Amino acid sequence: MSKQKVEKVQPEQKRRKLQSMEWKNAWKLHKEKYILVLPFALIFLLFTALPVAVSMVLSFTNFNMLQVPDFIALENYINLIVFDDIFLIAVKNTLFFAIVTGPVSYLMCFVFAWIINELPPKVRAVMVCVFYAPSISGNAFVIWKLLFSSDMYGYINAYLLKWNIISSPILWFETAEYIMPILIIVQLWLSLGVGFLSFVAGLQSQDMALYEAGAIDGIKNRWQELWYITLPSMKPQLMFGAVMQITSSFGVAGIADALVGFPSVDYAGHFILNHLNDYGGLRYEMGYASAIAVILFFVMIFANILVQKVLRKVGS
Amino acid sequence: MKKLFSKIGAALVKVPPFKQISAWLAHRRITRRNRSLGVDIALTVFLGFFGIISVLPLWLIVVNAFKPLNEVFMFPPKFYVVNPTMDNFLDLFQLIGNSWVPFSRYIFNTVFITLLGTIGSVIIASMAAYPLAKYQFPGSKFMSSLIVYSLMFNGSVTGIPNYIIMSKIGLIDTYWAVVLPAIGSTMGLYLMRNNMTHIPTSLLESCKIDGASEFKIYWKIIMPLSKPAWITLVILSFQSLWGTTGGTYLYTEKLKPVTYALSQILAAGVVRTGVSSAVSLIMLIVPVAVFVISQSNVVETMASSGMKD
Repeated sequence: MSKQKVEKVQPEQKRRKLQSMEWKNAWKLHKEKYILVLPFALIFLLFTALPVAVSMVLSFTNFNMLQVPDFIALENYINLIVFDDIFLIAVKNTLFFAIVTGPVSYLMCFVFAWIINELPPKVRAVMVCVFYAPSISGNAFVIWKLLFSSDMYGYINAYLLKWNIISSPILWFETAEYIMPILIIVQLWLSLGVGFLSFVAGLQSQDMALYEAGAIDGIKNRWQELWYITLPSMKPQLMFGAVMQITSSFGVAGIADALVGFPSVDYAGHFILNHLNDYGGLRYEMGYASAIAVILFFVMIFANILVQKVLRKVGS
Repeated sequence: MKKLFSKIGAALVKVPPFKQISAWLAHRRITRRNRSLGVDIALTVFLGFFGIISVLPLWLIVVNAFKPLNEVFMFPPKFYVVNPTMDNFLDLFQLIGNSWVPFSRYIFNTVFITLLGTIGSVIIASMAAYPLAKYQFPGSKFMSSLIVYSLMFNGSVTGIPNYIIMSKIGLIDTYWAVVLPAIGSTMGLYLMRNNMTHIPTSLLESCKIDGASEFKIYWKIIMPLSKPAWITLVILSFQSLWGTTGGTYLYTEKLKPVTYALSQILAAGVVRTGVSSAVSLIMLIVPVAVFVISQSNVVETMASSGMKD
């Protein structure tokens, strides 16, 4: 009787006590594991988790790095969405860019990895390097500036002139409608990165017995093999690759800065991240820039989760 | 008519060149089951075409690095060098020699940042990856899902608050401002964790029965067994740090890395087109060479990069 009473009187306290005991127990049981995880957890908290939280808080303020930030509620977001026409251009450009380069680069990663997988080992190693090299070559993409150079010494202009397709050099980076296609080409060239390697590796570690069994069960050609055996058993790599491609196509900014300059003609090469760098790096309107960062953050996470959901459904 | 053709065919198959071809085709039908020759050829051509597109810009960097100035500005520009010259490299070294801070200092900065970041990243990420891969403990699931979520956004989103945090703890304009965020990148941890799940649990249990502590297991069992994984991590971390410019985090000239110094040299514009290619060549050759050497390790590790749920 009395026991029940006590429990009724202080259930909250008791629950808390139990919980703290649980944590104490967990600490005792797994002390060494926590110590092993701790250094990374601290750095992760300080330089990844905390910044996300800080930018969410700052996005509701007006902050110029010098004075104390003052709370202005949703004003930054309202300004961004209602009054900032250039931001809307940036959103439009980024979405268009991501919708094109994301899926195309994803397909490229898979198709190239799939064809490479059938080659003899030595040729395979060379081809993997051939496709992967651009993504690790640092600032080598500035060579595209020479390819699409606006004078007659640029490769594209020179050969178009030579073959009499055009009569005067085209100003590639100064003409609004050429900027986006060129940036898409350069991004696709750069995009066979970690996701591509993941596919190459995933294809190499396939269980050959599955293919034997498939052949006995009546699989007639490589396309059926691909659809019924390879793709379903590659699912984890396919999910990982999707995350890599989506994240990198939303994070575009550097190549636009380097190739078409900032600001670009008619803002044709203006992306959300360029807008963020403009307000954060040049104008020091940190609250406003944080609001842009928060929007981009949620767009990336949302796109990733959406694609994960879709991919998980494929074949199940 | 049909009979006549098949007769001719049967006769042809016995003649030397056709005999070999038909034998090869028969052999091929066994060794490359379910692979039609036509599609094989088509796919190879397709791959070759895109392979050339992929390599061409890099090839042009090599070509332009060795072109004398009159060939750089030649109509139409050539895809090969007529008179290769080292002029661009000599110009580059001369420019380097005139820099305000001795150039060796920039090189030291890059090497130091890369070494510190890479070693730190390997040790800290592998330490955290081991318990997350092999055990369940309160908070482990939460951490694992945080890591997966953090792969889903780009580091540039957190640039501003990162700068603020760095300045609050007084790390701006020190190597740590570049090194610490690199160590905290989750890609390496993610790959290591996935890789370590394949290490048999029974092995760890037998070690524990023999009285080994978790630290000892980590150092003596886990690290040697996950060698391909941490070599991969070395490479990924190397690639990201090698090209760093220090951005806004480093403003003292003495602390700036090579990439920054080289980009300043290129800022002089069109006159330095050749030098620019020489710079690109030098900067790209190191990570590509490192990848070529370690490719088999990387591919082995990436096999377990998949997301289970």
